Amino acid sequence: MYLPWLRQPPEDFRAQVRALRDAPPDQATLRRLAATAMDLTQLAQLGKVVTKHLDEIARTSDFSRVRLGLIGSHTLDYIADALVATGLRHGLLLSLETVPYGQVAQAVLDENAGLKAGSVDFVLFALDAKFFGLDLPALGEGEGPASVDAAIAQAELLAKGVRGRIGAAAIFQTLVPPAEALFGSFDTQVDGSARAMVDAFNRRLPSVLGEGDLIVDIAHAAATVGLSRWMDIRLWHGAKMPFSPDATTLYADYVCRVIGSARGKARKCLVLDLDNTLWGGVIGDDGLEGIVLGNGNGMGEAYVAIQRLALSLRERGIILAVCSKNEESNALLPFKEHAEMLLREPHIACFIANWNDKAGNIRDIAATLNIGTDSLVFLDDNPAEREIVRRELPEVAVPEVGEDPADYPAMIARAGYFEAVSFSAEDRQRAEMYRANAERRVAQGSVTNLAEYLASLEMVMTALPFDAVGRARISQLVNKSNQFNVTTRRYGENDVEAFERDPAKFTLQVRLEDKFGDNGMISVIIFDKGPQSWSCDTWLMSCRVLGRGVEQSVLNEVAAAAKGEGADTLTATYIPTKKNGLVRDLFAKLGFTRTSEDADGTSHWALDLAGYEPADLPIKVNVLAEGQTN
Amino acid sequence: MDREQVISRLVELMEDAFDEDDIAYSDDLTADDIEEWDSLSNVRFIVSVEQAFGVRFTVGEIEGFANVGELVAKILEKLG
Repeated sequence: MYLPWLRQPPEDFRAQVRALRDAPPDQATLRRLAATAMDLTQLAQLGKVVTKHLDEIARTSDFSRVRLGLIGSHTLDYIADALVATGLRHGLLLSLETVPYGQVAQAVLDENAGLKAGSVDFVLFALDAKFFGLDLPALGEGEGPASVDAAIAQAELLAKGVRGRIGAAAIFQTLVPPAEALFGSFDTQVDGSARAMVDAFNRRLPSVLGEGDLIVDIAHAAATVGLSRWMDIRLWHGAKMPFSPDATTLYADYVCRVIGSARGKARKCLVLDLDNTLWGGVIGDDGLEGIVLGNGNGMGEAYVAIQRLALSLRERGIILAVCSKNEESNALLPFKEHAEMLLREPHIACFIANWNDKAGNIRDIAATLNIGTDSLVFLDDNPAEREIVRRELPEVAVPEVGEDPADYPAMIARAGYFEAVSFSAEDRQRAEMYRANAERRVAQGSVTNLAEYLASLEMVMTALPFDAVGRARISQLVNKSNQFNVTTRRYGENDVEAFERDPAKFTLQVRLEDKFGDNGMISVIIFDKGPQSWSCDTWLMSCRVLGRGVEQSVLNEVAAAAKGEGADTLTATYIPTKKNGLVRDLFAKLGFTRTSEDADGTSHWALDLAGYEPADLPIKVNVLAEGQTN
Repeated sequence: MDREQVISRLVELMEDAFDEDDIAYSDDLTADDIEEWDSLSNVRFIVSVEQAFGVRFTVGEIEGFANVGELVAKILEKLG
């Protein structure tokens, strides 16, 4: 609930975790499960399996092993349950040493009562305002500041003890301010109000840190979800649970992202899709004037906000890359020429725009930048692209951003992908350095199990002749599609209506559904029927379904229909435009033979139907007669 | 939602919370009967019940359930 950038866990989560009990789990499985928004019960179940197989996982994975001591002023069991599984999400394999709660000073200072010297790498102080004596008002003259001084002195003592006796680094938490005020807004001006003391403590907390010590900003986590929801007061009274169960999942994430960062596991690079991610619309179809970006309307501003976040991240040392299914020349156009673009070519360290699958391209980005794929965050509006990247590269962080671009910046920022534990001059220069070093390479190599992925999409294609219901959308596609469009002939709705009734035309409107939902109408076909030969007038398709076998599937239908009516040949023409380079070789790929080529690059093609074998494709096809709806 | 539906959903929630398949429901079932049912998992279980049924128990109610039958009765009462 408080981790909205993560997908929901699978329905059979418990069964999947159970299956891991007897066999040590592989790291890809662990990463996939950990990348979901597990509730406290699920975190505990996965954590238990991980703890059971700790040594085996440590031997066979890239997770960074961390021994974490837990010292707290309240029940630590809920936190402990959540931390191990959450650690996987941030590249950590945690083993916990929990000290019975309440014995804070003893645990740090007394070898016999607490953590053994050298037994842990970090000690997390899960301490609240009550422990530091800052939960109740101290309204006597000078009493408030004196209480804060004492609290800070105590924290200093603990930090020194951890370093000196245990030999570990200390992790402190900021204190969560009380949800309820005593005076109201005037609390800010009374230095003995709980609110003022907590704020003062949090401001001074960095001063107690020694080298390598860390702060987890729990106050910020609580503010993000709302102070009044952070704690479930019933569970505090009854079970000494310091945060609500949902808040505990976010708390654990905050702790693990900080430790992960200290262990070098924070992400380094943000990989951006373009169409409908950095701007609204499809640059290849809508053109420079047609994309939505910039001030003046809400959606345009939402895309600007995404770019602004990316630019801010770059300024603090995060590398930016682009991975887009596009013609490269189209993809670069807004970067070069759109006045409202905040991101420009020099900001992008590695720019890949082609029609290959994104998992392969992302591997190439990592290789080009010489960083691990586990350093990448991939932002894409398209759920199918997100899915293939998660399947192929479970170590890449892929925020589940949903449909509204207005949500994207918060999803990226709140997920803590780029958590830092320091900021140096080198960080300021890093993005530029990577860009200078990066050589843009043409992405090559294909994913080994792309076929498996396509099969898993459970695609259902529905094809039917033009009809009144589809008329407006057909006309829109005919007039808007520029890239996958072999002839770029434009027809109005009245033309489309005439085709519906014309017995000399063969028409298809094609829809595609997959397990992610209905893609709507994605392809339009018009053939002129002759007695022997059918000739292609229009063949267009939406680029979002490119690479899924739709075009082969459509050809199967056209070929079957033409054969059925006694034709023996299909002919087609490719008319080049500035934007349709994508389909220059479409007919060759579909098995047509080039019969001639004109001086202007227009090519003519033919397919012998007698020798045509329908391709076997991972798409279920429904062919409907006119007037039927699906 | 009738009593049977509440019980059926509750058993699912118990199976998830206590990581045990095929829990046999009876009104007098208590934490003593289920291995993984301790004070920790009890809190998680109660919270999952609240979320699943859209109800909220008072601090006293949470502490007062003597057995599962009482929990079912309280859920039904709250659902009206």
